[in-house]
Amino acid sequence: MDRSDKTKPTRDEDGIDRRGFLECMTWAGTGVLWSLAGGLPQAMGLSKALAAETPATPFTFLQISDSHVGFNKPANPDALATLREAIDRIKALPQKPSFMIHTGDISHLSKDMEFDNADQLIKEAGIPVFYVPGEHDLLDEGQGKSYLDRYGKGSKGAGWYSFDQQGVHYIGLVNVVNLKAGGLGNLGAEQLKWLQDDVAGLSAEMPIVVFAHIPLWTVYPDWGWGTSDGAEALALLKRFGSVTVLNGHIHQVMQKVEGNIAFHAARSTAFPQPEPGKAPSPGPMKVPAGDLRKYLGIATVDFVRGGEPLAIIDKPLAG
Amino acid sequence: MTFISIGISRTAWMASPVLAGLLLLSATPQAMATASDVTVKIDNFTFSPADLTITPGTTVTWVNNDDIPHTVVETAQTFRSKALDTDDKYSFTFTTSGDFSYFCSLHPHMTGKITVKP
Repeated sequence: MDRSDKTKPTRDEDGIDRRGFLECMTWAGTGVLWSLAGGLPQAMGLSKALAAETPATPFTFLQISDSHVGFNKPANPDALATLREAIDRIKALPQKPSFMIHTGDISHLSKDMEFDNADQLIKEAGIPVFYVPGEHDLLDEGQGKSYLDRYGKGSKGAGWYSFDQQGVHYIGLVNVVNLKAGGLGNLGAEQLKWLQDDVAGLSAEMPIVVFAHIPLWTVYPDWGWGTSDGAEALALLKRFGSVTVLNGHIHQVMQKVEGNIAFHAARSTAFPQPEPGKAPSPGPMKVPAGDLRKYLGIATVDFVRGGEPLAIIDKPLAG
Repeated sequence: MTFISIGISRTAWMASPVLAGLLLLSATPQAMATASDVTVKIDNFTFSPADLTITPGTTVTWVNNDDIPHTVVETAQTFRSKALDTDDKYSFTFTTSGDFSYFCSLHPHMTGKITVKP
């Protein structure tokens, strides 16, 4: 693809930049740097952030996802090494982010060694980290006990919680427990009730950032990429002027704006997955060995929105 | 011949559940081919065959061929495997008749059913 195509995206009649969207559907990456400008978070690829010449914003945070430490299959024989590269890039940022959000699948098989290795590396970033579990983090004998012992301090239920930081309300949700046969990700009645109470006293002008592992919106139900009661959670947030939803799980960047709610799925630091419907199933996608890091997105720096609102995207169910 | 081998196998299981477990672990391809053992493969996030009808006493072994872990969980929790990593197996012997719907608790869109009838 020719570079000038990338820098001058064309928009379709409905205002959607389809080429830009497809480029954003890159497979995996090191991390996404968020900066809050006027209450609407904006994202840029980490490599771009490293090179940014724009004035420093007052407040930034990071999202990383799906590190799958312990994964060693052909799609990436060393998921710890690529996490290390992601952390190295975070450490090299000219402006230190205030904190990091990890949207789950820290480990591949919930083994103590995997969590230990991940923790040791992520700690090197030198900033607070807020976690939510992915389904791969709940595979211990206690079905999530290990995760809660390590990361669940102060959380409710299966590990959900909220906190405020510099005028923004952050909500970490868990949609990977008690999943039902034939279904999608699930929050459950107890968590929804908690969410309702959690936001009840907040001003509608307070920006909200929600993060959970599986996308809260329906990306591709045939592959389980959605949350069955996600719409109920979003309904509770409808009155807020700015809501940003950060997810992982699908190992590729995808975004959509619906009313005041902006949805984003982040790249993995471990391995790519196919685009929805473009393979017989989801799962680790093997790319030519020399290309892995390109697919992991380290050199793919197209995810820049600058002063524009985040991309408005229809449901990407291209078959 | 086949009938006789099944008879022996069942006797051994009744005599010693521990021995039955050992037999399962050491099952050879030939042993898997007998009428009382059936394999369900997990490929591309799919149980295959997804619908299976067996007779009581049959042992079903699930084998995960994917590069991602899966589980085998009966809807009513009659049986539940641990996470099966690549090439891991899980076996369950169905002794009573009935319908057993199961799914992968990690990827619940993956479903299957075992029908047990004499």
